[in-house]
Amino acid sequence: MSDRVFQKLHILADAAKYDVSCSSSGSNRSNKNKGLGNADQGGICHSYTEDGRCVSLLKILLTNHCIYDCAYCVSRKSNDIQRAAFTVQEVVDLTINFYRRNYIEGLFLSSGIFKNADYTMERLVSIAKKLRQEHKFNGYIHLKTIPGASEELVHQAGLYADRLSVNLEIPTEEGLKLLAPDKSRAEMILPMKYLKNEIVRFKEERQIIKSTPTFAPAGQSTQMIIGASGESDKHIIQTAQHFYTKFQLKRVYYSGYVPISHDKRLPEIGSQVPMVRENRLYQSDWLMRFYGFKAEEIVNDMYPLLDLDIDPKLSWALRNQQLFPIDINRADYNLIVRIPGIGVQSAKKIIMARRFGPLRIENLQKLGVAINRAKYFIICLGFQQLYADKSGANIKQYILAQSSSKYVKNNSEQLSLF
Amino acid sequence: MLKTLIYDGTWAGLLTTIFCSFEYKWQIATIQHRDEPVQSGLFVTTETILTDELKTKRVLLGLEKKIGLQGIKELYYVFLSECKHRELLILRSTHYYFKSNPKANLNYAHDDILKIKKTVRSVSRERHRMTAFVRFQKMKDGLYFANIEPDFNVLPLIANFFKDRFADQKWLIYDLKRKYGIYYDLQDITEVKFSHTLDRNTIHIHLDDDELHYSYLWKNYFDSVNIKERKNTKLHVQSLPKRYWKYLNEKNLF
Repeated sequence: MSDRVFQKLHILADAAKYDVSCSSSGSNRSNKNKGLGNADQGGICHSYTEDGRCVSLLKILLTNHCIYDCAYCVSRKSNDIQRAAFTVQEVVDLTINFYRRNYIEGLFLSSGIFKNADYTMERLVSIAKKLRQEHKFNGYIHLKTIPGASEELVHQAGLYADRLSVNLEIPTEEGLKLLAPDKSRAEMILPMKYLKNEIVRFKEERQIIKSTPTFAPAGQSTQMIIGASGESDKHIIQTAQHFYTKFQLKRVYYSGYVPISHDKRLPEIGSQVPMVRENRLYQSDWLMRFYGFKAEEIVNDMYPLLDLDIDPKLSWALRNQQLFPIDINRADYNLIVRIPGIGVQSAKKIIMARRFGPLRIENLQKLGVAINRAKYFIICLGFQQLYADKSGANIKQYILAQSSSKYVKNNSEQLSLF
Repeated sequence: MLKTLIYDGTWAGLLTTIFCSFEYKWQIATIQHRDEPVQSGLFVTTETILTDELKTKRVLLGLEKKIGLQGIKELYYVFLSECKHRELLILRSTHYYFKSNPKANLNYAHDDILKIKKTVRSVSRERHRMTAFVRFQKMKDGLYFANIEPDFNVLPLIANFFKDRFADQKWLIYDLKRKYGIYYDLQDITEVKFSHTLDRNTIHIHLDDDELHYSYLWKNYFDSVNIKERKNTKLHVQSLPKRYWKYLNEKNLF
């Protein structure tokens, strides 16, 4: 059996790797009755691949056979590649044996669509069910919700999985129509809506009846491919905000498109993966989730694209200089956290430390504030804001000249190509 | 007169030492582990401290009122960091805590406290990494075994994590640097010491028949999920520092 499993694992892990979600956080499933495993609230990354991404879950496709022909996907029907399919037992054995050796936090199971949505979803659910019931497995399980699957199956998935996800893939509806003619945005949203309501309902019931089973305790997530269909950052970020608020998603992932096809509708093979842009999108995502920013503050009709040279918070601050300087020793947390160079952690430390006495610039530096950016936007004991009269463009130049961006190397490489 | 205090190297021992420093109002030059060679000075007398449970408890109770359990945990982490002069740092900060208002451990503008927070951060990171990077190998007798060499003494901090998670399997994690391990027998955790370390070959003989199969599968999985077009060695090494590779079978097959 070993050779075949080896081959299958190679094919089906390789096919699953473009799904960037690997988080194992957000669930507090505990180990019941001396079973196997539990979930860690903060998640654990057990390894990191050479591209720097974390490996937390055994992320595989059940099969890469697929009836759809989405241009951006390696497993598309028309692509001439090796196909494989795991049996239910094979996935269960791999998960349990990897888990027992502390290689992984659990299983992330996705699949190509074979026959139809229900047929596929049923198999995904049966694996999760077997792990939970026969093997008393309490580790993390992330299942794909297959659009078009019956509510009954989606409901069962919620009972066994910690997290569920449907990938939006292409940020615009027109783009999706062009690249994935078999799919529709409306069909993707249906199970998301259903799950959102169920999650809320179970949570409410649990408050009254303690024994109510958990239902997708780590919520839902989704993914958008970046740079495959000419969408603007404004569109991506507003779409993300829409899904965060309307569907209470836990995470939206952004996946820079890796060229895998000669299809004329897509960027050519060999063109660069938009990694800087992807990074700036994640920074914007963090601003919305942890810093109290609205999408419109980050990108809008006047500024539909993110500045790739500097982070989006600095970019926002330079456009809104009238709000600064902010007094470190007086301002609210909500304002302090908006200062470039100050993150959530240092903002909290500032709030605690200033109760013991006013803070000076040296204190800020020591507790982790990036002074080279913050100094243009703050006042504190013995310190006045620098270059308050200068334009945003000027300050941007000062900051860039002083910092060594991790992307400088990338940029010069790009330039030397032409 | 300045004093050098000698204690038994345990957490309770250090807390007793702190108790004595308050009780007798000693001026303390250094606090030393009893296994270290004593550094005597001209105007320094040495005093050996006998660990005392009652005194330990009194210090802990006093600290809890001032800085809460979270604050005590921070000091314990500093103790496990094994960093130089950690005993004096802990002593100095307890003096500061006792004479200040409650929650003085949140004064991020204070140098000692910044040092404590920094150390806690390093130890927590190492603790977290050990929950992630321990790689068990299954033995013929069903025991799951792992060697580690953490930067700090984190075994006491990860014991419960592994007990909760792998409740239905026997396991043993051995710290090669500090020459002791923790063993879980399906009921309790006990500390164990080997008379000689288990090297790679000895372990190999005792491996379960399926062990290599799964180890290869893991390595195969690890290589298959890499996206070549996104290669980022700097980030890879930053997240997975090379000093851990020795015990990671995906980087270095057993």
